Amino acid sequence: MKRFTAADYPLVVLAFALSIFGIAAVYSAGQTELGTRFVNIWRQQSLYLGLGLGAAWLVSRASVRALDYLSPVIYSGAVAVLIYLLFFGCGQGTARSTKSWICIGGSTVGQPSELAKIAVVIMLAKALSGRGDAPKSLFELWRPTLVVALPCLLILMQPDMGTGLVFVGIYFAMLFWAGTDWKLLVLAASPVISLVLAFNTSLWGAWFVLLFFILYWAKPFVVESVALVAANLVMGVVAPLVWERLSPHAQQRLLVYLDPSSDPRNSGYHVLQSQVAIGSGGWFGKGFTQGSQKRSGFLPEQHTDFIFPVIGEELGFIGVVVALALFAWLMMRCIRIAARSTNPFASLTAFGLVSMLFVHVLVNVGMTIGVMPITGIPLPFFSYGGSFMLSCWIAIGLLVRLSLEGRGRADTLVI
Amino acid sequence: MRFQPNDVQRRSRGAAGILFLSFVFLIGSFFRAQVIQHARYVTEAEENRLREVPLPAARGLIRDRNGLVIAENIPGYRVSVLAPRLDSLQSVLRRIASVIPLSQDQMDIAVRRFRRNASRPTDILTSASFDLVSRLEEHRVMFPGLIIQEAPKRYYPDGSAVWALVGYTGEVNEAELAMPEYSGYKPGQQVGKGGIEKQYEERLRGREGVRYVEVDARGRVIRDADPKSTVAPEPAPPLITNIDLDLQRFIAGIFGDSLTGGVVAMDPATGEVLALHSAPGPDPNRFIGSISATYYNQLLSDKRLPLLNKATQGLYPPGSTWKLATAITALQMGVVKMTDHQPTPCTGGYQFGNRYFKCHLARGHGSLSLAQAIEQSCDVYFYQLALKMKLKGLVAGGIRLGSLRSSGIDLPNDKVTDYPTDPVADYFNKKYGPAGWSEGNSLNLAIGQGENSQTVVNVARFYSALAMNGLVSTPQVVHRAPAQERLFELDSATMAEVQAALSGVVQRGTAAASRIQGVMLAGKTGTAQSNRFVNGVELNHAWFAGYAPAEAPKIVVVVMLEFGGHGTRSARIASRIIEHYLKTKTTTLIKTEGD
Repeated sequence: MKRFTAADYPLVVLAFALSIFGIAAVYSAGQTELGTRFVNIWRQQSLYLGLGLGAAWLVSRASVRALDYLSPVIYSGAVAVLIYLLFFGCGQGTARSTKSWICIGGSTVGQPSELAKIAVVIMLAKALSGRGDAPKSLFELWRPTLVVALPCLLILMQPDMGTGLVFVGIYFAMLFWAGTDWKLLVLAASPVISLVLAFNTSLWGAWFVLLFFILYWAKPFVVESVALVAANLVMGVVAPLVWERLSPHAQQRLLVYLDPSSDPRNSGYHVLQSQVAIGSGGWFGKGFTQGSQKRSGFLPEQHTDFIFPVIGEELGFIGVVVALALFAWLMMRCIRIAARSTNPFASLTAFGLVSMLFVHVLVNVGMTIGVMPITGIPLPFFSYGGSFMLSCWIAIGLLVRLSLEGRGRADTLVI
Repeated sequence: MRFQPNDVQRRSRGAAGILFLSFVFLIGSFFRAQVIQHARYVTEAEENRLREVPLPAARGLIRDRNGLVIAENIPGYRVSVLAPRLDSLQSVLRRIASVIPLSQDQMDIAVRRFRRNASRPTDILTSASFDLVSRLEEHRVMFPGLIIQEAPKRYYPDGSAVWALVGYTGEVNEAELAMPEYSGYKPGQQVGKGGIEKQYEERLRGREGVRYVEVDARGRVIRDADPKSTVAPEPAPPLITNIDLDLQRFIAGIFGDSLTGGVVAMDPATGEVLALHSAPGPDPNRFIGSISATYYNQLLSDKRLPLLNKATQGLYPPGSTWKLATAITALQMGVVKMTDHQPTPCTGGYQFGNRYFKCHLARGHGSLSLAQAIEQSCDVYFYQLALKMKLKGLVAGGIRLGSLRSSGIDLPNDKVTDYPTDPVADYFNKKYGPAGWSEGNSLNLAIGQGENSQTVVNVARFYSALAMNGLVSTPQVVHRAPAQERLFELDSATMAEVQAALSGVVQRGTAAASRIQGVMLAGKTGTAQSNRFVNGVELNHAWFAGYAPAEAPKIVVVVMLEFGGHGTRSARIASRIIEHYLKTKTTTLIKTEGD
């Protein structure tokens, strides 16, 4: 049983350490001046961790070949559940108006979009690994794009913009890992870049000039070039015009629709409170469970989306660095697994899973300190929630299996 | 996928690089917030959690000249609510109303207070009884953000006997907050609303303290903050006034609730106000906290106008008390001497043009000297003096002697008296039209009628000048550097003759019934027409203005009974006041000597 020596046990230890850290944070988030129903959710979260460990163990028993073979089934199942949600889903917590949860008999039992992320990663890996080479033109991207776009649109319709954003992140990360030329990635992203820059005319103009240079350099098909320029024009010119035509009330409603978890009137307040909690923590924090902002309930959603400020306030900069270092170390090991894989599907799956974790950590942690938009996506291993804990640990289980089937020490990559 | 080992190596280095940079960026952001801007966020966190609860300072006591208490503070409770939003305030109010009686009116006021300043606790009841407070405490859990604290409550032991002097206190209102002199005030604070309380607000208010309570994000009070952060309120030192509370009580006792009018008693030498009363008056204690609508409406509908300070705000024709001003003006102008008789003796009236001006004595006084005319208050004599001075001279003299100005007393709403302005022709043309007046108007002015209304305190000022040979000190309730000015100057012989005539009024003249055993009293009665008739009989304002002892004046007293009939009534009251004052003063002196 030589191959078991290659299993990445440090990865499991890191993930477990992060989960314990997370449960401690959830426990602390429940310790407030005026009791809330969150006092004992850390027990629930421990149970979820147990479930997650079991699921990870089960997943790690499945061979990569079987996964490769079954990926269309898993993917179809996920899409089917997402369609079901559009009709029968229900909301919960801050996202009360959405349809993200499966509910049975009036109680919510799970958030399938979290598990759908893994299904998409596997399916995208299959779509990209089928060919011997990297996609060479935008046209060749249609399959992977379709694989991501379908569930992404279904989730945006729930609506859940944060999870949709994670899909976009996974999509570009995996295209990158498949060896897609960076110019092609830029071109693929160009309509979105146009939309973002559209609100500053001169910036957008500069971007448009740059776009022409890239087109000249990358030399895509003429049809693609025309379509790209058209898409950029629509995004850059038409969208802002339509936006300005909307009344402020309609604009606000659209923003709320796109992202119900963050009411735009209050989002500034939430970021401020989060920053105050983190900033007042200082070097060493106010002590575990002693965060005054948290205790007084100034932190919004302190057990889910805004759990990181609890660490920032109570354990200070040191605690933040420790948590982020654990994450970074975990992801480094994941990248190593992706690099050591013996076949493209395994490698792409491993990289897709780490990019999923990475987008979550970057956006969630960045949001709490005000450098990322508030999108309401959770922090892996920390945020309270069964489905997400489960999907994170399934990812770890998959990564363990992928590491098992990868190359051993012979690899030269040192991370 | 492009899956050559070299390519994979390159990409994994790229991915590791992006990962590293992202984490450095995140850690950098946290370093900036937690280490570099730490102090700023600590402050913000503190302010976040802490809410100010003002600690009202006890207002300064108001004492009389002998140290007796005119205004003091008694324990009271203030009930307020810290609410984060209007709807939470309203729900708390509704719940409070289910436990203690709380009118819709009080709830509306609380909502208005909240709108003005939401960061301070919103006052629900500014002076609640212990009983109410204990009922609220029982149900405390129902009211998040409820704050009950001791708040000293103003109390005036003598009630309505001192209201004209002290005024009362109340919550600073919107109109006041808009004024520059109230710039340091916040809604919800107590402020003097009249009398000494208002005039000496700065000295009485003390310095408000503050304590902090910790609240959660919904504004619910969790606990008191570190007591070290509390700033204790600084009570104001007591304010010593010139008032003689014993005399004030004596005067209020005479008036009771049956007489209507105003009284001022002052020391002519210094201007120190010994007593100032207006009757009937409200009980200022019932104004503290909140005035009940019933009581307030009752005061407003009372025809005797209890809310009008009849000593400083009420304007009344001075009647014959003003004859002294006419006499002084005439003496100064040199048109008469104290011994001079007028061409026409008094036969009960005087014919001027086509009008007959009556004297108050229908059978007539005969031929009198000026001194006798003062003693007997003969109108006919003064009609003729007026004609000698002309309207212009008479009016100019009246203005010099203190008309058209306020007395300068240190109380708010000290009214400017009504009097013709100079030049006279313009004033009368404007008032009656060019054909509507004549020199005949001077006849009425000379006897204190017509276009002349005075405040009681301003008449007191004039009579203290009579007592002090023309020197006058501005009336002062609270001691300050005396402001003396010369109102008029006569040669000492004439002055003595005028003062002798004033003594004669009480010895032989109109106020002869008001003599005091052993004390020489000087003064002048006045019976001023009010133009108000009951059953065809005119209700006159009864005046007496005088001082005693005549040879060395210690006290000036002016008594005005509104619609009170003849001046002799006021004279009797004034003599009782003077007697009381001088006798208690003598006994005090004897006692002191005995010690």
